[in-house]
Amino acid sequence: MLEIFQKALQQNGLITAFAVVGIIVMFSGFISRKLTFGRVHGSAFAILIGLVLAYWGGIHTGGQKGLADISLFGGIGLMGGAMLRDFAIVATAFEVQATEARRAGMIGVVSLLLGTLVPFIVGASVAYAFGYSDAVSMTTIGAGAVTYIVGPVTGAAIGASSDVMALSIATGLLKAIMVMVGTPIAARFLGLKTPRSAMVFGGLAGTVSGVSAGLAATDRRLVPYGALVATFHTGIGCLLGPSLLYFATKAIMGG
Amino acid sequence: MIIYGTALLAICHLLGIFLGDVLGHMIGVKTNVGGVGIAMLLLIFARLYMQPRGLLPKPTEAGVGFWAAMYIPVVVAMAAQQNVVAALRGGPVALIAAFGAVALCACFIAVINRMEPKTDSDPFAIEPVTVA
Repeated sequence: MLEIFQKALQQNGLITAFAVVGIIVMFSGFISRKLTFGRVHGSAFAILIGLVLAYWGGIHTGGQKGLADISLFGGIGLMGGAMLRDFAIVATAFEVQATEARRAGMIGVVSLLLGTLVPFIVGASVAYAFGYSDAVSMTTIGAGAVTYIVGPVTGAAIGASSDVMALSIATGLLKAIMVMVGTPIAARFLGLKTPRSAMVFGGLAGTVSGVSAGLAATDRRLVPYGALVATFHTGIGCLLGPSLLYFATKAIMGG
Repeated sequence: MIIYGTALLAICHLLGIFLGDVLGHMIGVKTNVGGVGIAMLLLIFARLYMQPRGLLPKPTEAGVGFWAAMYIPVVVAMAAQQNVVAALRGGPVALIAAFGAVALCACFIAVINRMEPKTDSDPFAIEPVTVA
């Protein structure tokens, strides 16, 4: 009986992955509401649980693809693979309102560029300090400090190893969690009061989930402005990461 | 038709990846240069062109919207297949890099927002109620 069930799950890998991820997300929403009263966004917990499961899968199989190495969860590999991941990221661009974005003007562009450059430099420098001194690893970890999407997209494009990719995602995830938790606490220091300030925040703080959750916990009216700029953040990061930033790092590191 | 939206998304995606590959080829690197970013820009422009012309009815939008909403679940699946075991052996790199990035960005945000000209009017009042 159990064997038949197992076979059904294995033969429908992608469908199993949808179910598994759905349950993870539901569980995360529950944790978010009950344990943190919505202060830490459910998606942060979901990704955290994903990483924990990947750790468990890695320990369990000794493989490099986390949970996807367990044959029962092989579909996770397809669902979270490069094809569907990039497809979903591109789709988020549809939610950007160009007319609203234009209102942000220069300051939005400046904060977007700063929001890509500053975390990248910090991330790449820290990576270098810890011995990841090749251009590919430095760029990938630096890009991870931009957002946990830019990291793996960049890493995949320039051929980073899986452990550097995981480190890059971990960096982006930790950043998103810090933004979510820290924003309401630091709202006065950050000067978060107006739509303009929310756009500056969205451009510099990056990650959509971090920004939208952080602003939601500060002042709900600020959310669309911050998220609007933040949605550009990933696109710009994905554009600059494997190109300009990689070449610059490569030029500085000489290899 | 919902497939129109998904097809539009797919075409932008493929075109973006293609252009990214071409760009990479032109620069002389064997990588895709910003393909995802180019695809996003294409989709934004496609929407700007099509929406005023009535080419984007609700079902078509839903064909894209579904995939936009799948973004977080897909990222969860992506996280679940990373080599976390190896990452944790990397030590406190992630923690320090993340904290450094957040702290420095926070300072930039604070400085920029302090330069904002002060007004007495309620900034939210002038915004038209277009929340639909």
